[in-house]
Amino acid sequence: MQSLVKFFRSRLYDALAGAFFGALVGLTIALSTRYLHDLILIDWLGAAAPPIATEFVLPALGFLLVAGHAFIGFATGFGGFMGTRIGRFLYYGSATGYVRGFLGQVVFTLLGIGFLESIRALLGMTADGSTFNLFGTVISEPGFVFGALVGVIGFLLGSGVLTDWLLWITGAQTPLRHGAPPGKPEWFRYLNVDVNHKVIGIQYGYTSLLVLLAGGLFAIIFRIELAQPGMQWLTNAQYNTLFSAHGIVMIASILLGVGAMSNYLVPLMIGAADMAFPRLNAFSYWVGVPSVTLILAGMAVGGWDTGWVAYAPLSLRAPLGVQLFLMGFWINGFSSIASAINIIVTTMVMRARGMSWFRMPIFVWGAIAASLIQFTATQTVGVALMMSIAERAIGLNFFDPSGGGNPLLYQHLFWFYSHPVVYVFVLPGLGVISELLPVFTRKPLFGYKWIALSSLGIALVGFLVWAHHMFTAGMGDSLRTLFMITTMFVAVPTGVKFFSWVATLWEGKMTFETPMLFVLGAISVFLIGGISGPILGTVPTDLHLHDSYWVVGHFHATMFGGFVFPFFAALYYWYPKITGRMYKESLGKLHFWLMTPGFWVMSFGQMSIGIWGMRRRIADYDPALGIEAAQVLITVAGLVIGWSILIMLYNFVVSARTQEKAVRNPWRSRSPEWQIPSPAPEFNYDVPFVVVGDPYDYGIEAEYIRMGQAQPVPAGD
Amino acid sequence: MSSVVAETHHAHEVHSHELPWPQQLRANRIGLWLFMFSEVFLFAALLVARFVLWNDPETGAITRPELSQELGLLTTVVLLLSSFFMNRAETAMEVGDRKRFLNGLLTTAILGTLFFIGVVFMEWNIFGLSGTLFGIELFGHLKPSDGVISGIFFAMTGMHAIHVLSGIIFILIVWNNGRKGHYSPEKHWGVEACAIYWHYVDVVWVFYYPALYLIGTAVHSM
Repeated sequence: MQSLVKFFRSRLYDALAGAFFGALVGLTIALSTRYLHDLILIDWLGAAAPPIATEFVLPALGFLLVAGHAFIGFATGFGGFMGTRIGRFLYYGSATGYVRGFLGQVVFTLLGIGFLESIRALLGMTADGSTFNLFGTVISEPGFVFGALVGVIGFLLGSGVLTDWLLWITGAQTPLRHGAPPGKPEWFRYLNVDVNHKVIGIQYGYTSLLVLLAGGLFAIIFRIELAQPGMQWLTNAQYNTLFSAHGIVMIASILLGVGAMSNYLVPLMIGAADMAFPRLNAFSYWVGVPSVTLILAGMAVGGWDTGWVAYAPLSLRAPLGVQLFLMGFWINGFSSIASAINIIVTTMVMRARGMSWFRMPIFVWGAIAASLIQFTATQTVGVALMMSIAERAIGLNFFDPSGGGNPLLYQHLFWFYSHPVVYVFVLPGLGVISELLPVFTRKPLFGYKWIALSSLGIALVGFLVWAHHMFTAGMGDSLRTLFMITTMFVAVPTGVKFFSWVATLWEGKMTFETPMLFVLGAISVFLIGGISGPILGTVPTDLHLHDSYWVVGHFHATMFGGFVFPFFAALYYWYPKITGRMYKESLGKLHFWLMTPGFWVMSFGQMSIGIWGMRRRIADYDPALGIEAAQVLITVAGLVIGWSILIMLYNFVVSARTQEKAVRNPWRSRSPEWQIPSPAPEFNYDVPFVVVGDPYDYGIEAEYIRMGQAQPVPAGD
Repeated sequence: MSSVVAETHHAHEVHSHELPWPQQLRANRIGLWLFMFSEVFLFAALLVARFVLWNDPETGAITRPELSQELGLLTTVVLLLSSFFMNRAETAMEVGDRKRFLNGLLTTAILGTLFFIGVVFMEWNIFGLSGTLFGIELFGHLKPSDGVISGIFFAMTGMHAIHVLSGIIFILIVWNNGRKGHYSPEKHWGVEACAIYWHYVDVVWVFYYPALYLIGTAVHSM
């Protein structure tokens, strides 16, 4: 173990990571110049490239670029080239957890493939199932799967997130290391393994936004295809891969976003110095990175055409890419479970003195309810995914009816997670709405206990409704009625939240800064999603609307209303807390006024064409449906939403450098995290605070917390 | 050991802010039990899948493949015995009897390994052997390619065997650290966690064994 840890900390690994990063940089330059060359020569000048250029000069140039950068990168590991800009870039770039991890992932994937393929060769087994051609070598599907699995371990080893645990195995004690790595600048913490919950929360946040951009790009590509009937610029297979990847990549992004909010906010709000298990917290984030990598890599090795649900037996006959998608999805479960357990334990053990359960900031309730779902239900989808992987790779029969298997079993196991998980997405978001409304209306949150318990209610009822996704799948009629009734129960706790929000808004002294605008936008959009839901939950109407674009409209409205709008509200609201500076209000408002009408148009458009006969997951449609104008409108609305999100990112990046310092509590919030300097100190509260009142008594002269007093106060409630 | 740890110490680093041990111990216990509860869903999902896949679709009658009853009983007895020695090791640590603690751990690991061998090498018969002892068939006959009758059997025993294997590794790590004198009667969370995990894996088998070997009627094919 120690030699393993030593190897990953050695100069040699530094140098290898430098060479790897250099090669990646060189390859990117080479490929982009190659592409530029083709574009200029062939597309613009209309001439074919002369043979000497394509056959000799370009490959040689490409080789030089890759090898040169790799060499410089290798040398930086031993301290060379540090006087040059490229040397410093490669040195710092290759020292990030990401590049070191990816190097480990690539190397271990190849080792894993090699190991299993040699065993198979020794046993005289021939490659069956889908095969993959790697540098001229045919790799069997089991070898491929094993390589992908081992590669994830390689990533974790390379990034260094397992180091402390590996040392514990040998009996060593390792203190929690805080601050930037030795010899590195402060910002470097955010690109490397770090145990501080605020750093990890920010890492979750920017990863979530990057992944959101990737998923949004996929959507825009296939939305442009759908704007007109007939196939314009995609093939059917590309369309299938893109909509499948859009689904799962967005889900990964949402899970990362939930992690960002929970990790950053929960310890701050309950008055803890950090999470209960800081190393596990880092693990939760870093294991998510190779999972997303696997899903994206799946697009490169044949893609897949199963949607994000991967129903068997379609998934059993899909191209090889589906294996990486299943594997990436499964690996993401580790992240969900570990992070959920961490949040629950942190809240149970580390609350400030006097902070009883009903005196916590309301967001914590949302995070807890979401975690309760995450750490249990995730296991069942893990079983479904593992069984699919095994059925494809080693031929065990579970789901394929031709061998006696039961395809409905997959759907039950899958939806037992995947229905509750939509509440994982929305519960923290709804918590943000309840958290922000009192601040911007300057009056108490209406019915605190009801809102807190309605989060638990949604989580609980969420476990009892999964089969409403399967009304047309061929299960028994009696089950359909049962699940229709349970599904209607979801409306009760959700209705509690809505009425409480309306009552909180009632006669409030509202101000309309960007976070408040996004909260109001969230309520309006979630209302669209909420009202379109029961129509799908009712069996007769669902039989009509199932698999139509109505479902797409409903789902996007719940996700935008329950997660995206509140997430953006949270980003704007806590931006001064995170960076210590205020974002540009004008750009924030512009973002809101582009995105919200854009979303309304998109959502109503999707539901309308669904009723008019547009099916989902189909690359083409009949012009006779008469929905072309609506399709163009949806695509344009999608583009507007995409641009508005780019405005937000621009706002955040620029404001962090140019805007003036924010005041300590710009929103006049009563919540504890605003009573300390921004950005928050390393351990949040130098002296623990004491809770002496209720959190949302805005407009009433009553204390919530008393800062920096150590003497005990009897707990309330 | 010390050289590696020394690398993590730097003069300029902010001093760490770890929880006081009683609070951290409470957090550890809750965290481990939450993880165990999470795993209930994993094992329960497979258990439910067994009933969906093996029950007669027409009549709903509970059926199962024909398996060697002697082999199943033997492996079960070995695994349940191991839990006894695990408990012995943990109580020995609580009273500070290091010798009995180490011996108990080692016995547990050996019995666990015997169970693992019984499942993977004999019941799964991955090397395709055959043979009898006192008239008892020593090796199983199910193959992964046998269709739906074997799929969930391998899935359930396999998922359990992975947990047994990780448990054995966990025990050996604790044993090795215990040998170096790392735990005390007052502070031995590693031992406690290891024991809870091992008992948990045992209890899972208490559900899996009857589900796979005992209930319903044995059929030759499905």
